[in-house]
Amino acid sequence: MTPAPNSGATTESLLYLDGVTVSFDGFRALNDLSFLVEAGEVRSVIGPNGAGKTTMMDVITGKTRPDRGSVVFEGKHDLTRLDESDIANLGIGRKFQKPTVFENLSVSENLELARKSPRGVARTLLAAPSEAERAEIAATIERIGLVGREHARAGSLSHGQKQWLEIGMLLIQDQRLLLLDEPVAGMTDRETEATAELILSLAGARTVVVVEHDMEFVRSLAARVTVLHEGAVLAEGSVDFVQNHPAVIDVYLGR
Amino acid sequence: MPRASSLLSPRGWAWFLGTGALLIVVVPLLNALPNASSPAQIPDYLIPLLGKYACYALLALSLDLVWGYAGILSLGHGAFFALGGYAMGMYLMRQIGTRGVYANPDLPDFMVFLNWKALPWYWHGFDHFAFAAVMIVLAPGLLAFAFGWFAFRSRVTGVYLSIITQALTYALLLVFFRNDTGFGGNNGLTDFKDILGFNIQAPGTRRALYIASVVALGLGYLACRAIVVSKLGRLLLALRDAEDRVRFLGYSVAHAKLFVFTASAVLAGIAGALYVPQVGIINPSEFSPGNSIEIAIWVAVGGRGTLLGALLGAVIVNAAKTWLTGSLPEIWLFVLGGLFILVTLAFPQGLLGLRMQLRSWRGDGGRPRGVISEESAP
Repeated sequence: MTPAPNSGATTESLLYLDGVTVSFDGFRALNDLSFLVEAGEVRSVIGPNGAGKTTMMDVITGKTRPDRGSVVFEGKHDLTRLDESDIANLGIGRKFQKPTVFENLSVSENLELARKSPRGVARTLLAAPSEAERAEIAATIERIGLVGREHARAGSLSHGQKQWLEIGMLLIQDQRLLLLDEPVAGMTDRETEATAELILSLAGARTVVVVEHDMEFVRSLAARVTVLHEGAVLAEGSVDFVQNHPAVIDVYLGR
Repeated sequence: MPRASSLLSPRGWAWFLGTGALLIVVVPLLNALPNASSPAQIPDYLIPLLGKYACYALLALSLDLVWGYAGILSLGHGAFFALGGYAMGMYLMRQIGTRGVYANPDLPDFMVFLNWKALPWYWHGFDHFAFAAVMIVLAPGLLAFAFGWFAFRSRVTGVYLSIITQALTYALLLVFFRNDTGFGGNNGLTDFKDILGFNIQAPGTRRALYIASVVALGLGYLACRAIVVSKLGRLLLALRDAEDRVRFLGYSVAHAKLFVFTASAVLAGIAGALYVPQVGIINPSEFSPGNSIEIAIWVAVGGRGTLLGALLGAVIVNAAKTWLTGSLPEIWLFVLGGLFILVTLAFPQGLLGLRMQLRSWRGDGGRPRGVISEESAP
């Protein structure tokens, strides 16, 4: 039932989690989790609360160190040895479950900080705004539908707009792998639809892993779905496949 | 688009240069008026007092840079101030030469008194002003760098960081308090005679020290502005509000904090160095934890995250202190404590924030960039 990733896949896969275990005070948030993402794909990850979805993101982005197992990016980087900023600089971006933007900065300043640029302290202190930067920021603002709000304080945006701004920050950061934790939470139907379109338009050029509760949204992505349960992969396949999978219905969808 | 960030607005420059000219040119001229009975004459006692306020304002500025912008509430900034002060004090001690009570050509009075036979190694070089000037920057800078290296890399934040900065300054208090560490113990360093060959008590020297303090304050203000209007300044605001997000963008939070904390400590050290020749003494009480907390009160009263507020807060609170400790000394601490409670509860954005608040009630909007909004306040 559960397709075991074959070990030879490490060289082609963009991301390869192998036997990752994370325990918090005896609770196994991730239990020997193995998980594979190919370059350019869109992947949905679903699972009931406590299945380990967010913990998995934490492990990939370096926020949590696993007790066991390895996380290999691009077949050569072991992410378990790197810290958050090193991992971000390898090309992995993350959108948090609760939209996290810099509330006291304007929309364009949020994008300015996110934009791919030298990250050192001296280079940041001496950075001068360029034409290219302006153009990129303007293009991103258009893409995330915030035209006219460039100078608005990010804290004044609606919940949905904050989600979009955070996605915009990932886009302008130009990351290869985007991890989106519940990108449509708190969005209206129309916003949700637009977000699905945006994510699908990224496929190919970027790899996107979406953690989501909203089955409607997952269906609209029509992407390969991985179902997590108790810290391990329960099933993986098309939306229809997992929706009709008895074990999945049992633990998650049937409720 | 990020707005083109200029150091100061045209109006800001006008204010800056106007106030600067008033303080640097007009005040010393009025003090130097030959006719001492003229009502326009600024009495001699006011000059070092104003110079002292300028040093406090620079110190407050340095704290606002780390607290208001990067969210690092250092309650140990008095230590950096005092280290700069001690570096200057050691130079001034060496200038006394044989004019001390014991007229010892090699040792300062307190060492003779304590039966020291030779000058400790760390006093060598302080005969030269240039060496002392380097130490004024290096001593607080290196301490801040070493402290920050461990604290920020271990991700110590918030109240824990504040507590260890208190511990830091208290530890230094104990070190400098001891007679056998060679910094004059309880009495500290005092009885200075001259600085760069000029009599330290002479009105001309006093004016020069006052001018140097105001110039240092002005340059310090511009340096802080340069940092906060840069992209790094926006990064500091960002990490103050959402530190994790900054890491996931690929920036090193520890490096950014380390830079701003060290820069701030250097400014505090310079403030301390200019303070000592004007008050004529440096002793371990400058390291006392209460002193450092007082700095935070100045900044809170003026309005943190505004730079200008910190500067004004330092001057206003200290002017009140000068006046009250003169007329009603027993109530000063109550006033200070009351002020802090009032500011925290009634106008958490300080005096400058109050102005912005009034303005936004009148409807012209505007909010100081550094001011913490309710949503993101801890």
